[in-house]
Amino acid sequence: MIHTAISYLALQQYWWVIIALIAGLLVFMLFVQGGQSFIFNLTKNETDRTMLLNTTGRKWEVTFTTLVTFGGAFFASFPLFYATSFGGAYWLWLALLLSFTIQAFSYEYRTKSGNIYGKKFFNSLLWTNGMFGPFLLGVIVATFFNGNDFLMVDSNIRESFWQNNWRGLESLTHWHNLALGFTVLFLSRVSGILYVMHTIDDNKLIAKAKKQLWYNAIPFVVFFLIFTIGLLLKPGYAVNADTGNVFMENHKYLHNFLDMPVVMILFLAGVAAVLTGIIKALLKTSGNDKAFWVTGPGIVLVVMCLFFVAGFNDTAFYPSSFDVNSSLTIQNASSSEFTLKTMAIVSLMIPFVLGYIVVAWRSINTNKINKAEMEDKESGTHMY
Amino acid sequence: MTLLSIDWALVNWSRAQFALTAMYHWIFVPITLGILFIIAFMETRYVRTGDPEWKRITKFWMKLFGINFALGVATGLILEFEFGTNWSTYSWFVGDIFGAPLAIEGIMAFFMESTFIAVMFFGWNKVSKKFHLTATWLTALGANLSALWILVANGWMQFPVGMEFNPDTARNEMVNFWDVFLSPVAINKFLHTITSGYVLASIFVIGVSSWFLLKKREQMMAKKSIIIASVFGFISLLAVIFTGHGSAQEVAEKQPMKLAAMEGLYQGSTGADLIGIGILNHKKEINDGEESTTFKISFPKILSWLSFGDTDAFVPGIEDLINGNEKYGIMPAQERMARGDTAILALKTYKEAQKSGDKTTAAANLDVFRAHYDHFGYGYIEKEKDLIPHVPLVFYSFHYMVATGFLYLLLFLVFLWLTYTNKIETIKWRKPLFILGIAAIPMVFITSEAGWIVVEVGRQPWVVQDLMPVSAGVTNISANSVQITFWIFAVIFTALLIAELNIMFRAIKKGPAKSQVESKNGEAKS
Repeated sequence: MIHTAISYLALQQYWWVIIALIAGLLVFMLFVQGGQSFIFNLTKNETDRTMLLNTTGRKWEVTFTTLVTFGGAFFASFPLFYATSFGGAYWLWLALLLSFTIQAFSYEYRTKSGNIYGKKFFNSLLWTNGMFGPFLLGVIVATFFNGNDFLMVDSNIRESFWQNNWRGLESLTHWHNLALGFTVLFLSRVSGILYVMHTIDDNKLIAKAKKQLWYNAIPFVVFFLIFTIGLLLKPGYAVNADTGNVFMENHKYLHNFLDMPVVMILFLAGVAAVLTGIIKALLKTSGNDKAFWVTGPGIVLVVMCLFFVAGFNDTAFYPSSFDVNSSLTIQNASSSEFTLKTMAIVSLMIPFVLGYIVVAWRSINTNKINKAEMEDKESGTHMY
Repeated sequence: MTLLSIDWALVNWSRAQFALTAMYHWIFVPITLGILFIIAFMETRYVRTGDPEWKRITKFWMKLFGINFALGVATGLILEFEFGTNWSTYSWFVGDIFGAPLAIEGIMAFFMESTFIAVMFFGWNKVSKKFHLTATWLTALGANLSALWILVANGWMQFPVGMEFNPDTARNEMVNFWDVFLSPVAINKFLHTITSGYVLASIFVIGVSSWFLLKKREQMMAKKSIIIASVFGFISLLAVIFTGHGSAQEVAEKQPMKLAAMEGLYQGSTGADLIGIGILNHKKEINDGEESTTFKISFPKILSWLSFGDTDAFVPGIEDLINGNEKYGIMPAQERMARGDTAILALKTYKEAQKSGDKTTAAANLDVFRAHYDHFGYGYIEKEKDLIPHVPLVFYSFHYMVATGFLYLLLFLVFLWLTYTNKIETIKWRKPLFILGIAAIPMVFITSEAGWIVVEVGRQPWVVQDLMPVSAGVTNISANSVQITFWIFAVIFTALLIAELNIMFRAIKKGPAKSQVESKNGEAKS
């Protein structure tokens, strides 16, 4: 029995790691949104705009798929979170979904003939997705630390009842949620710029991008510090390992870092990688096109570590600020042992999936995008 | 949720929103499923022969595919998350089983599709011909694999297997993955759905090609496309008919109310007739003794044969399923509702006894609960009538689907024969034929949507057959909120469909890129 219990917990923890990994990859992939958000202030002419959108546009499907997989994996492994947060924070999730929905067709339709709403309309939608997608995702992830007002009732079929009529929009009034929202927004813009520097061969555009890197890296660092310091100082939702009861513990997330030194080291390494990439790109006079690949792994690490401190070390990963004992933990919100085991076998495909993504990615990123390619109508290349 | 708290406005707006999203999504998906294979065939011809004409044709259909694909992705995202936003109680009740296929879909299928689609669109001058061709095939495979997993999930809702209800977590939990994955309902559904997508895509290609023939433009491209599409469509349609028959047999066994609605059958009988064409008596009420149709042409005993492989088999009607039929072992709905109430009460008492540590009461109630679990969902039903789906909608959708399905068989044969014998541009009645080819495009879209109406409206009121009605699975939220999002989605999806159609028409009108010969001729003239 003890063996089974440990094994089940190990599976729950394994799946939390997988969720953290997908979340990390999703935030990394938000460079697509970040790049798009510069559609109006980095580019002054149509050719520049075409270069920008054709470099980010060639990756939009991967970001989109990562978001869908994030939702699907959460549904499969922690269905109580899927049911509670998605149904409860209805307006917040729908705002996020709408902000992503408008992206897919905007790339495809903006330059097509017969586009009845005009190119500017679709450009505006891409900008909206670029700004609001990362911001809202950051706010939603911050609710892992600050909670939402819901009550879990388990009289028959288990149901959650949201305790206000704002249905998730109230999360936008919490400074700490906003701090993470703005952190993710500016981070996506920073990585978007680094991706532009990595994939576009145009000195003028790169010079402009570098200037924008200053304007976005500074607010990113400021908001990141506000969020992180706030996180380390705030009380957190701790779980009594014996009873399963949830209680407030001062400096809970600081304690989590201290109790899990490996996570703290990985977090600091991630932060160092992100900052190194940014600084390298800022300091190199000729621009640094490899900085994107320095910050990228750093982003994945930092996000994963935030998920670890949210869910490990006897912590409720989705707390209820209305009734602490309605809070969700990786134990009470997870799928059954059988399902987690089955899904764990499926998850063995992830390295294979990452492998072919790398192969395909490299194959179409062999040459940098330049004006000549964008203006060559005869090449027959699919263009956005 | 208790019976007293059912907010029908909320339930119906939630249903409407899901139906709206699903129906819009299904406009774009079947083309994707089928046309990718057609494109892959064409590109294979290009790689094998080296003929640039095949590359030009491939690129043209790829362009049309791209226009369509973007909206399928956009609506699909909303659809996946609506399980959580609008059906949250359902999401917990069955998330342990239902979530897994969605996650596998993401990991196994969506990434394959989204990764290789980029190579397919942008890799023409960057990767080798063979790598590009592999990417095209993998994109097609990824799209079809994603259909597999979502249809496994849907099949499970229609016929829940491979799970046990855990009273402590108050949800169904998977105990056998292979039972879920290889459920005959899921497999039939998958094969029927993807092959119907191939038929739709084939008709799309034939219709667009007919337009070019009508306009006397790009005749060679049109004829080559027709050959591939009509062969692919014809074979696929045979598979559709075969799997459709299999699906109907599954429905007859597992969802008899749906079958009764499909045929407008109120009073069951042995040797039941299949209605070929019919008009329903719209004043018909259950148990009123009136005829269910005002006009019909039917095939004697065929419904019994198609449903159970026996011309004398008994096919229950709506009244048998509501009133019960002792002779054929059908329990009255009232009895099932009473047993459902017993199951719900036993579960509640079990939980309370567990909390208070009364193990004897808990064990006794658990036994009662398990004995009545098959009727669990009936405890949430208010009135017997709520168990009957919208008969006219299901009946007419089913008959339209079947009738037009057989018409397409003829269409594929005619187009294939005339193109193969190279008579398609010379026969007398070519203009009406081309117009029919074009008209078949909207027709087949309606056929495809009608199929889903049969499946989804026909299973109402169940979100999980016999275990959970829609009224119990819905999110606790105000009906007004869902009403607002319904209209937001309705406006956005409609505006996008208009944009998509306009762009698609322009792209078709523009046609494929000029061939090398045409380009050279153009240069010489200038």
